[in-house]
Amino acid sequence: MANMSMKKNEMPAQDPKVRAHNFDEVALGYTPEQAMDEAARCLNCKKPVCVAGCPVQINIPLFLAQAAKGDFEEAYQTIALSSSLPAVCGRVCPQESQCEGKCVRGIKGEPVGIGRVERFVADLHNANKTTAAAKPAQNGHRVAVVGSGPSGLTCAGDLAKKGYDVTIFEAFHVAGGVLVYGIPEFRLPKAIVADEIEGLKQLGVKIATNVVIGRTLSIEELMEDGFEAVFIGSGAGLPRFMNIPGENLKGVYSANEYLTRVNLMKAYKPDGETPVMKGGKVAVVGGGNVAMDAARTALRLGAEKVYIVYRRSMDELPARKEEVEHAIEEGIEFLLLNNPVEIVGYRNPDNKRDPKNGFVTGMRVIRMELGEPDEQGRRRPVEIPGSEYLLDVDTVVMSIGTSPNPLIKDTTAGLEINRWGGIIVDEATGKTSLEGVYAGGDTVTGAATVILAMGAGKTAAAAIDEYIQGK
Amino acid sequence: MYEIVKRRELNPTVTLLEIKAPLVAKKAKPGQFIILRVDEWGERIPLTIADSNPVAGTVTIIFQIVGGTTEKLNHVKEGESITDFVGPLGRATEIEGLKKVAVVGGGVGSAIAYPVTKALHAAGAEVHAIVGFRNKDLVILEDEFRANCSRFVLMSDDGSVGEQGLVTDALKKLIESGEQYDEVITIGPLVMMKFVSLLTKEYGIKTIASMNPVMIDGTGMCGGCRLTVGGKIKFACVDGPEFDAHQIDFDEAMDRAAMYRPFEQERHEDACHLFKKEVQE
Repeated sequence: MANMSMKKNEMPAQDPKVRAHNFDEVALGYTPEQAMDEAARCLNCKKPVCVAGCPVQINIPLFLAQAAKGDFEEAYQTIALSSSLPAVCGRVCPQESQCEGKCVRGIKGEPVGIGRVERFVADLHNANKTTAAAKPAQNGHRVAVVGSGPSGLTCAGDLAKKGYDVTIFEAFHVAGGVLVYGIPEFRLPKAIVADEIEGLKQLGVKIATNVVIGRTLSIEELMEDGFEAVFIGSGAGLPRFMNIPGENLKGVYSANEYLTRVNLMKAYKPDGETPVMKGGKVAVVGGGNVAMDAARTALRLGAEKVYIVYRRSMDELPARKEEVEHAIEEGIEFLLLNNPVEIVGYRNPDNKRDPKNGFVTGMRVIRMELGEPDEQGRRRPVEIPGSEYLLDVDTVVMSIGTSPNPLIKDTTAGLEINRWGGIIVDEATGKTSLEGVYAGGDTVTGAATVILAMGAGKTAAAAIDEYIQGK
Repeated sequence: MYEIVKRRELNPTVTLLEIKAPLVAKKAKPGQFIILRVDEWGERIPLTIADSNPVAGTVTIIFQIVGGTTEKLNHVKEGESITDFVGPLGRATEIEGLKKVAVVGGGVGSAIAYPVTKALHAAGAEVHAIVGFRNKDLVILEDEFRANCSRFVLMSDDGSVGEQGLVTDALKKLIESGEQYDEVITIGPLVMMKFVSLLTKEYGIKTIASMNPVMIDGTGMCGGCRLTVGGKIKFACVDGPEFDAHQIDFDEAMDRAAMYRPFEQERHEDACHLFKKEVQE
C-alpha cells in the first residue's frame, strides 16, 4: 500500500543563516528511512507519465519500488541503465518541470520526491562501491568527444560501455564543463563530479585536457587521426550582455566569468590565486538557475546585500523552484519586474589617476509591467514610463544567457549552423551535416539544462554506435 | 605537465621560456597567444607567443614579472614543469598582401612585436621596426630585430641607448620623411598603443593593435576580456587579440586592465616574501 501522505518528506538542509556564509552543500540528503518512506508514495501507475517527462527515460516506478523495499543498490542499477550521472541529476535536474511535474500525486498535494530518492540511492552507491567498474571488451573503434560537460560525459560513458575507445578533449585544465566551472560547490559538490569522471576513466575513457578543438586541433584533424566519429558537446559559449551603457565598467561580470573565477579557479578559498570582487552590494541580472547560483555565490563571498533583478514576475522565473526557495531563505532580495537601463561608475573629474575611477557605483533600473503574451505565450514585460530609479550596488553580474561559440564552426568547413549560430542536427540522432560528426547539448540548443544535454549525449552515442557498426 | 626546456633572463624583470608543447607548437602563428597555469592553485594567465618550433615541439614565451603568478613562473627552472599550457588561442596576425609595414613595440610588448616582424620579413615585406624601452638595461631582442627587418629604430626614455624619445616620435619622423606604410602594427603598453593610434589616425594609416586583457578561459566563455571596438563589445580571445586600433576604446581598456592591480601587488609581495624566506632558509 502506497504512502498516502500529501507532502514530500522534507529535505534536510543546512540552516539558511549558517549556509549563507559557507560553500558546503545546502541540501543534506535523505536518511534511508526517509528515502524508503518517500519512494513508497509512488502509486506505480500503469501509464508512468513521469518516465515520459524524463529526458533520459529512467524507469522511475521500478527504481522507486526497489527503493521503497530498501533495495537501494538495485534501485541505483535501474537508474544507471538510463543515466550516467545519477548523483548529479538528483541534485540539479529541474524535476518540477520534468518527472515530478507529470507525477499524478502532484494533482492533489505534492508529487513524489523522485529527485531526492534518486540522489539518495546514487550517493549510497558511490559511498559503498568498493571495486572499480570492469573495463568492457574493446571493439577497436575510436571516437572523439569534444567537451567534458554533461553531454560529452554521457556520450563518452555510453560508448565506452559498448567497448569503444573514447577520448574526451577538454579546453580547460580539468574535466566536467559546466558541472565544475558553473554550478557551485554548495549545490553540486565537486567531489561528486570527480567521482563520476573517475568512473568513466575506469571504463577506459581517456581525457585530454588543455586541448581546444577549433584551435589546438580541428575536427578534420581528429578524423584524419583515426577517430571514426566525433561528438561535439562544446557547450553554450559566449556570454550575452544587454548592450546598455556602463557594461564594461569594473565590477560588471558575466555570470560565466563570475562563477568560473569562484568555482573552477577557487577564488573563494584562501589558497586560490584568482581574484574576484567580494563583499559590498551585488545585483545579479536574470532569473535562471545560473542567476540563482551567482546570487547565492555573492552572498557566500561576503556580500552585505544581494539582489536578483528580473524583468518579469515570479511566475515566469525560469530557475528551478528549490533554488529560488533557497535563495529567498538565505535573504536574497528579488527585484521582480525590474530591468536595468544603465550601469553607473565612479569618475573623479579632478584626478584621472584616482584608483576608484571606472568602478561600478550603481545601476539605473526601470520598473516593468506585464503586457500582452508573445508568440511563445509568455507575457511580454513593458517599461513603466518615469519609473526609473538608482540601485546602490558595486558589483553587477549579467546572467542573461549565452550565444554560440564560433570556434568550431569557423574552423570546420561544411558544418551547418542555424541563424543564431547553433549547430544544426537531426534531433533523433544528433547527426550534423558532416558525415561521422554528431553534436548535442547547449552548442545545439543554446543554454538549457544538464539533463537535456545528457539526453542529447545519449541519443548521439546510440546513433554513433549504429553508424560505426553499419560501416 | 609541460616542461621548461630553456630559460633565459632577458633583463632583470623579463624572462624567456621555451616550453615543450608539441600540439601548440605545430599550430602556433604570430599574433596568437597561450594560457598557462604554473601549479595546482595557480591562476590562468594569457601570454602572447613569441616564437615556436614545430620540429622541436617547443613554444617560446617572454614575460615580465608584474604579479604573483609571473613571479612564480620566473622561479620555475629548466627541466621543471608547469601544470597547464593551452593554445594557440586567438586569431593570427593577418600579414598577407602587406608590402610595407611599421611595427611599433614597447617594453615587453616588443617580445610580441618580434614574431610579427619576423613573419612579415620572411614573407618579403619591407618592415620598419621601432621599439622603445625605458633605459638600456631593459632592451630585449635587439639582435633578433636587427636580423629580421630592413630598418631598426631603437628608442629609450632616458637616451641611455638608441635615440632619446618615444616610439611615436620616431614613427612620426619616419612618416614625415615620406615613408608610406600599408599598415602600422603596434604592440606594447596600452597608453603607448593609444598614442600610436592617435598619430596614425592623423595620417590615415591603417593600424592594428594587439590587446592583452584579463581573461580566464581564452575560448570565449567568460567575457572577461571584452573591450569596445567601434562601439561594439568584442572579446579579445575569439575576435582578437588584434583589432583596428582606430576603433578601440583605449581609455576603457586601460581602466579594465587596472581592475585587479591592488590584488596583484599584494600577491606579488606575498610571492616575493615566500621566495625570500626559502632563500634564507
